[in-house]
Amino acid sequence: MSWDLKSDRPIYSQLIEQIGIKICSGIYPPGSKLPSVRELAQEAAVNPNTMQKALSKLEEDGLLYTNRTSGRFITEDAKMIQQAKQKLAQDQILEFLEKMKSLGFGKSETLSIISSMLEEAKQ
Amino acid sequence: MSSILTCKNLSKHFGSKKALDNINLNIERGRIVGLLGPNGSGKSTLIKLCNDLLTPTAGELQIAGNTPGVETKKIVSYLPERTYLNDWMKVSEIIQMFQDFYQDFNIDKATDMLKRLNINPNERLKTLSKGTKEKVQLILVMSREAQLYLLDEPIGGVDPAARDYILDTILSNYNENATIVISTHLISDIEKILDDIIFIKDGQVVLTKSVDDIRGENGKSVDALFREVFKC
Repeated sequence: MSWDLKSDRPIYSQLIEQIGIKICSGIYPPGSKLPSVRELAQEAAVNPNTMQKALSKLEEDGLLYTNRTSGRFITEDAKMIQQAKQKLAQDQILEFLEKMKSLGFGKSETLSIISSMLEEAKQ
Repeated sequence: MSSILTCKNLSKHFGSKKALDNINLNIERGRIVGLLGPNGSGKSTLIKLCNDLLTPTAGELQIAGNTPGVETKKIVSYLPERTYLNDWMKVSEIIQMFQDFYQDFNIDKATDMLKRLNINPNERLKTLSKGTKEKVQLILVMSREAQLYLLDEPIGGVDPAARDYILDTILSNYNENATIVISTHLISDIEKILDDIIFIKDGQVVLTKSVDDIRGENGKSVDALFREVFKC
């Protein structure tokens, strides 16, 4: 999965989000070792200081932990990952609802469109 | 964090033209800094002052506590806007020359980068294209283990693919104690790798800020902000 960075938002918050997605989707499995700051920075073509900042935040949030001698690892706490997943999903939905609102759709209208589209998809 | 480059009330006049007018700056170690401004804003003048190629009209400039001179040249790696290398020399000869000149030159790094960019060390410089010459020059500059890199328009003449490689090179050779100052107006290409930016206009510093602060506060990229600040 490549790194898709938008130009109008702080880079470090986008890095946090994208690494979060990679953890939730299992690209970085629980308990596995994360590549080094330098490797990640090069992969995403961003400044290592920015990557460092993003990783520190993820560590603070508990998704990553540092083993002093051997580097950074993904948490093994499945509950924690589930929470992060939930949070990412909520963010996506909020963004979607925001867009629907700007198109002039109310809550119930939005809901009915979704359910009718899901019905169609089933058939 | 200690600073690597400081300017105090720095001015440089050419006759009645004020190329730099009372500049105060403080650049810390371990940062990648973009020196951004339109043509003729004073970017190159500032970089030349740092390299002792020009002397200030007023004020002072210090690099790691020293005024530009022999001591600072040992720790500053400079990519000038124009090439100064002898055309008749082979790439390998120039590399040899750099190794003789600079204690901190890492020849393995240079050879490795030449290989990755498919540049034949046995070619003479005059047979290379403009873009390839620029690549050679950047390789020379980035192969030094310097404390301060001053890159004046490093990506101007090279194609987008090589540009990516060059940015990659800058990132991979960068160490935590070194600072890289990049002057350019190709902002969108480099803003992802910058920590901080300095906007300079008519010889004056109009803004110094971190890239993430700009994006966070203004909700737009540095490139977009630049277009706004320097709207013609």
